[in-house]
Amino acid sequence: MEFFQELLGPAWTPVWTLAKIVAIVAPLMIGVAYLTYAERRIIGFMQVRLGCNRVGPFGLLQPIADGLKLMFKEIVIPTGASRGLYILAPVLAMAPALAAWAVIPFTDTLVLANIDAGLLYIMAVTSMGVYGVVLAGWASNSKYAFLGSMRSAAQIVSYEIAMGFALVGVLMSAQSLNLVDIVNGQKGEWGMLEWYFLPLFPLFLVYLISGVAELNRAPFDVAEGESEIVAGFHVDYSGMAFAIFFLAEYANMILVATLTSLLFLGGWLSPVPFLPDGFHWLAAKIAFVLFLFLWFRATFPRYRYDQIMRLGWKVFIPVTLVWLVLMGAVMQTPLGYLFH
Amino acid sequence: MLENYFPVLLFILVGLAIGVIPMLAGWLLAPSRPDSEKLSPYECGFEAFEDARMKFDVRYYLVAILFILFDLEIAFLFPWAVVLGEIGLFGFVSMVIFLAILVVGFAYEWMKGALEWE
Repeated sequence: MEFFQELLGPAWTPVWTLAKIVAIVAPLMIGVAYLTYAERRIIGFMQVRLGCNRVGPFGLLQPIADGLKLMFKEIVIPTGASRGLYILAPVLAMAPALAAWAVIPFTDTLVLANIDAGLLYIMAVTSMGVYGVVLAGWASNSKYAFLGSMRSAAQIVSYEIAMGFALVGVLMSAQSLNLVDIVNGQKGEWGMLEWYFLPLFPLFLVYLISGVAELNRAPFDVAEGESEIVAGFHVDYSGMAFAIFFLAEYANMILVATLTSLLFLGGWLSPVPFLPDGFHWLAAKIAFVLFLFLWFRATFPRYRYDQIMRLGWKVFIPVTLVWLVLMGAVMQTPLGYLFH
Repeated sequence: MLENYFPVLLFILVGLAIGVIPMLAGWLLAPSRPDSEKLSPYECGFEAFEDARMKFDVRYYLVAILFILFDLEIAFLFPWAVVLGEIGLFGFVSMVIFLAILVVGFAYEWMKGALEWE
């Protein structure tokens, strides 16, 4: 290690940082690939089918086969499309989904950039994702893509407000924007009873459901409702350009699941006091939340668009506002320890 | 302090690269045999007519404006929530007044039907 450090001189820091980034991104991309496999298998079993089981043992090579197939498919750019924006849109969808991982802590010491504005950075970066959707719909110059992107963008921004309010509740409890501090604030002698999902239960539910809506996943997937507007904003995309939208969507799923685990479910903390903390707990919690997302998709019928907007604006925003004021009021009394 | 943000910058660049590199790979490896039918915009069984960038419902625009208002409010709430323990009752009451004014606006838009999607 020191040999390399001397060899590279001032270039050492960027190279070493880059190596750490690859160590985060590579497992993440494998996770994304196998999340698509898990989705098909789990929903298959829930619907009493087998799911993909042909490529490799138990179909385990299916994501790789899919990737290779998409790699060799033509990228069609329609005549009416704005070429520059059309190519830019998938990149703009992908970059924020990955960049947010820069500040995610995996244990209390294992974090790439331990910055104090961690949560603020995540909010800022993930908000950029909607540009990919809007640009894709606009650049395609197709009616279905346009309608899909309008719906999708309006839905994403609506639920971002409810999500933001839920985060404010977490900040009031943790008194910090640093994600390591937020998780450490959930540490205590009572194990999982100290995690924020209990004192902030309404906000936890709002965050989880808004997360599903932000991801445009079932039951809030009107934006790509296959039976009405085919696939929404990426209907005209093909080959790798489509694959990148797909990867970004699943990377965002893992991101939301990770944030839910960190902010409400105690991150790497052990649920019972006598077991040691560690990354394996975080991984288990992320897997659990991801399983919930798949379970929702297999269980719930699709919402109508007006129902989605009503839920976001008329239920979630008032509920979170009332809960925040209530929390603030209780925190001024001796009972304030309930929320810390 | 600032050097803590260097990995963040690098990560954003890596994120962009992971968007760009597969696109380039696809562009290089995949066949490209365009014809006029293949390049026409998607349509259900007939020739696409008119420009797709048509008039759209003004409510999308309204949602965007309301989003900016509320998102700004969240941006105000973030620093307030972090220091709430130190500013105590005074800080809490100030924010309640601010929220009350906002809620009046929210109630007004609700009454006016800005949140209705029939």
